[in-house]
Amino acid sequence: MNGAGIIKGMIETARNFAGSYHDSKRLTTVQYPEEKLAPVENARTIPFLVYDGGDAMPGLRCTACMICEKECPPQCIYIVKDQVKKPDFVGKMQMQPKVFDIDISVCMSCGICVEVCPFDAIKMDQVFELSTNDRFGGLLLNKTQLAKPNEYFNKLHKTEASEIDARRIEEKQKAEAAAAAKAAAPKPPAAPGGAK
Amino acid sequence: MSGLDQIFVGIGHGLAGWAPASVRPLVAAVLEIAGIMAVFGSCFALTTIVERKVLGRMQNRYGPNRVGPCGLLQPLADGIKMLTKEDIVPFSADKTVHFLAPLALTVPVWLAFAVLPFGRNMSAIELNSGILFFFAIGSASELAVFMAGWSSQNKYSLVGAMRAIAQMISYEVPLVLSTVPVLMLAGSLSLNDIVAAQGTYTFGGLARWNVFTPWGLAGLLLFLIAATAESNRSPFDLPEGESEIIAGFLTEYSGFKYALFFLGEYLGLFALTGLAVTLFLGGWHAPFQWLEWAPSWLWFGIKFGALIFLFIWVRATLPRLRLDQLLNFSWRFLTPLSLINLLVAAAWYWTGAWKSAAAPPVRWLLCAALIALPYHWLGQALRGASPPPRKYNYAE
Repeated sequence: MNGAGIIKGMIETARNFAGSYHDSKRLTTVQYPEEKLAPVENARTIPFLVYDGGDAMPGLRCTACMICEKECPPQCIYIVKDQVKKPDFVGKMQMQPKVFDIDISVCMSCGICVEVCPFDAIKMDQVFELSTNDRFGGLLLNKTQLAKPNEYFNKLHKTEASEIDARRIEEKQKAEAAAAAKAAAPKPPAAPGGAK
Repeated sequence: MSGLDQIFVGIGHGLAGWAPASVRPLVAAVLEIAGIMAVFGSCFALTTIVERKVLGRMQNRYGPNRVGPCGLLQPLADGIKMLTKEDIVPFSADKTVHFLAPLALTVPVWLAFAVLPFGRNMSAIELNSGILFFFAIGSASELAVFMAGWSSQNKYSLVGAMRAIAQMISYEVPLVLSTVPVLMLAGSLSLNDIVAAQGTYTFGGLARWNVFTPWGLAGLLLFLIAATAESNRSPFDLPEGESEIIAGFLTEYSGFKYALFFLGEYLGLFALTGLAVTLFLGGWHAPFQWLEWAPSWLWFGIKFGALIFLFIWVRATLPRLRLDQLLNFSWRFLTPLSLINLLVAAAWYWTGAWKSAAAPPVRWLLCAALIALPYHWLGQALRGASPPPRKYNYAE
């Protein structure tokens, strides 16, 4: 019959209209500022710097090796090396950054800095409410603003973080064992793997 | 009659009564104009928010719900936005015509409300040829749309205006023809007489509205379809087809002028809806005799709101037509059907003289068949009328 399709379509929209009032499953909209979706583990926005322990600046894993600065495609990372060294998690003296800035208005969230970092020091964050009134200063984050604890990293990327933590514990134990062996046998040429 | 029924008439008379006798007609006229503009102006604001909410619900979304409680202050926010926007006039535009087009659309549309009876004793002017006035005024909107499209000096505006002209002239024919049976059977061009003719009650207190007759039902459907096209609403919104021609004749308008076009379009829809209520749905009369206690303007409002909801519902459901489909639909389906509807109304008139007890149902079915069969055949013919599959000479 002529017009049967129109009536069928109108029944469908009427069903949507009535259904949206009693069946909340139909309304898939997440009303953003009040409701938020749980973040997905692999989501990434801008990088942050991981630190261990309770104190941010002494605990920074970053050794100011400059690899991320060189690899960053839009060149949004700026690092200045400090003259003073500090011990890392196995007790070895390492360089540390005096300045570590990321211009997040330039950052394109590619995650290449994370891939190239040999110290697991830079990781991708999941914050996205980054709007600010200050277009230049407000979007240029320094190392205090970028530093976040390892627990935070564990919360965001659980799989990756637990894997890294396990590896680091293993390395630390190895280093301690080596140090203990070194202490037990004070003859320097005989110590195996002492360089680690 | 109850006091509530005549409350607006009473307020109007009371206020006009304070004025000196020499200016009393003028004051009364100004009060009527102010009343109509206030009611339908706020109706416009309300419809924009209700339309967006209902469209949202029909697409399983919330719709606007941020400004004020349940988003009810959204029209206010939209208004502020529209009024504070920059008013851009293209460099090569015909400035005078570009300026006049929104006014030429809005002013005649307001005039059309003058003859509509909104309730008992509630029409601004009691013209004895009200419907003639209504259509004469209503056809001015074509001119305004073409003024807008032509003066903008923009190809999209011009294409939109051309489409609008083709569409509005094509649909003016079935729109007017579908109202003719009502005039024939009421024997009057006055909208008040037409409402009065539907004011009696038949079996069990059911109202004698025109929509309960075969020609009235067909006429109402034809009228609503033509009214949708006439007010450029989806599925006939080709003049503004966003996906093809940006915004059609509205492309070069911004700010308050754009808002005026919107106002004009919605008010045109309201006027046509009000006319549909008056002609086919018994105007301000109650559907049953035992419901006559409710105020007459309330009944008008309920029917008006229901038809507006129907327009929104159709908009949420149907996709836009192609231009050739649109014109075929008007000239090969709606126009012949509205001509046939005239004959059905004539048959209804002649069979009214039948005296037998079985006459009413037989008469109803006979007239219904007279309109239903052409409906079927014309529809089949329209489907067959689609162009043959395109032949590619060089491709493949």
